Amino acid sequence: MSTFWIILTACLAASACSLVGSFLVLRKQAMLGDAISHAVLPGIAIAFLLTASRNTFPMLIGAGAFGLLTVYLTEKLQLRGRLMNDASMGIVFTTLFAIGVIIITLFASQVDLDQECILYGEIAYVPWDLWIFNGMNMGPRPVWILGFVLMLNIIFIVSCYKELKIYAFDRQLAISMGVPVMLIHYGLMGSVSFSTIAAFESVGAILVVALIVVPPATAYLLTERLSRMLMLSVVFGILSSISGYYLALWTNSSIAGAIAVMTGVFFGLALFFSPLDGIFFRKYRGARKELNELSLESGKPVAEYPQV
Amino acid sequence: MSGKSISEKNAPPVEVHDLTVSYNNKPVLWDIDFELPKSQLIAVVGPNGAGKSTLIKAIMGLIDPVSGHSLIYGKPLEQMRKKIAYVPQRETVDWNFPVSVFDVVLMGRYAHLRLFQRPTATDKKLATEALEKVGMADFANRQISQLSGGQQQRVFLARALAQDADIYFMDEPFAGVDASPEDHILQLLRELRSEGRTVVVVHHDLQTVSGYFDWVMLLNLRLVAFGPMETTFTKENLQKAYGGRLNILSQVIELSRKEAFIRESGHE
Repeated sequence: MSTFWIILTACLAASACSLVGSFLVLRKQAMLGDAISHAVLPGIAIAFLLTASRNTFPMLIGAGAFGLLTVYLTEKLQLRGRLMNDASMGIVFTTLFAIGVIIITLFASQVDLDQECILYGEIAYVPWDLWIFNGMNMGPRPVWILGFVLMLNIIFIVSCYKELKIYAFDRQLAISMGVPVMLIHYGLMGSVSFSTIAAFESVGAILVVALIVVPPATAYLLTERLSRMLMLSVVFGILSSISGYYLALWTNSSIAGAIAVMTGVFFGLALFFSPLDGIFFRKYRGARKELNELSLESGKPVAEYPQV
Repeated sequence: MSGKSISEKNAPPVEVHDLTVSYNNKPVLWDIDFELPKSQLIAVVGPNGAGKSTLIKAIMGLIDPVSGHSLIYGKPLEQMRKKIAYVPQRETVDWNFPVSVFDVVLMGRYAHLRLFQRPTATDKKLATEALEKVGMADFANRQISQLSGGQQQRVFLARALAQDADIYFMDEPFAGVDASPEDHILQLLRELRSEGRTVVVVHHDLQTVSGYFDWVMLLNLRLVAFGPMETTFTKENLQKAYGGRLNILSQVIELSRKEAFIRESGHE
């Protein structure tokens, strides 16, 4: 049974992250996921200190607030400070993360907030992190939280699909048409923050980036439609979660690490064997094109060429 | 796409008052004032960095001016967004984005849809018609990365047609387009004009300006001249816009370039 819970948790985390990650990848802001996943740390720490419990809801709010703050500060710094986008992002998220680290170490004696757990996550403990509601065992808490966040993401993407699409493709056109671009922008960033915090309890602040970036990038190589890219990214997230779990079992290593490795393996496969633009098929096509050109020169059809 | 919606009354399609725009405290447009005439093809010309694209973006509300304002049929932009369509430069979007040609054209209809509302059958029909008009119907299901530069331009144009606006702002729609598609695009612009719409085009090819357009706006930081082609597109005005004696700014630029050149060659 614990195997089932662990895999389900991983699948939910991967799906939630891949969905919002797809839009970050398309907007060429993939590393914003990295920034947010680190910058939410003070939000979690403050929520934890204020409520003195590991209640998830305040943590989600704290993390969401700091996620949006990261995005806001990065954009302001870029505009006002005339800095490059990546530089301002680097400044904002490391500063916020450092503040989080200081808060945790300052109050470490009073709180039971494990730094290792935040950085690396521990998905193997999920089956024992139960949600007891009215004395009833409702199953592992992370499953409920991730399920809730995944549902929020799906509702957001389905209801605002056309706005998200035009916002990601042609922001200027969207603004010129009166599409509420800022609302969509901060809605997406809020979703990224929620997904990150919900997922990183299980897979850690570092590996959550792999779930945000790699499955969408893999899907991007394999399709030419946004809707299919979203679905494929979820498929690759789930495949990586399942195969990663068994890889970890087989090698007796970290589950989160193995899942991240598997996202990379699937990406590598797509890179080489994508029927659209994979390296393998490009070579194959290139060779065929050469044959065709040669056959044109010699005035003979391709099929006969090898005999010449 | 009926021309029925072409706006009422006597207000000019676009009026711009005292418009000044700057980037990082450097003025890009200085005190621009004009009123556009109805149903004309209007070219905006001027040297690089003259503020042509900036002017369009400021009218479209994409950048905030330092001062001044513009009105669309006498009303603020927010109320009139559906009446204007914008064709940005081709390079402003990522052509590897996973959407089909049809999807991009359908985006033109989003201006008429509310938040959460999905495109209807009518929207899809209008998008298909727009694609047919630009001669790209066969490409509807292609991914946009498979298009040539001229085809991309036509897709952008189709998107604007689908928007069914009264005023069109186009930023270099002829850039990178071959001769025969260029004729096709020109024909479409003339069709828009004959339907009573106003079309403003940023244009870089001075040789074709007088043949393609009815009115011309010469821009170089300031509004150099604006009026009907015959009276406005004169050698004198062109000299003013493209670094004639009267343009202090371009003289300054030239001087600073010369100085830099002398300094550099002095080192050699």
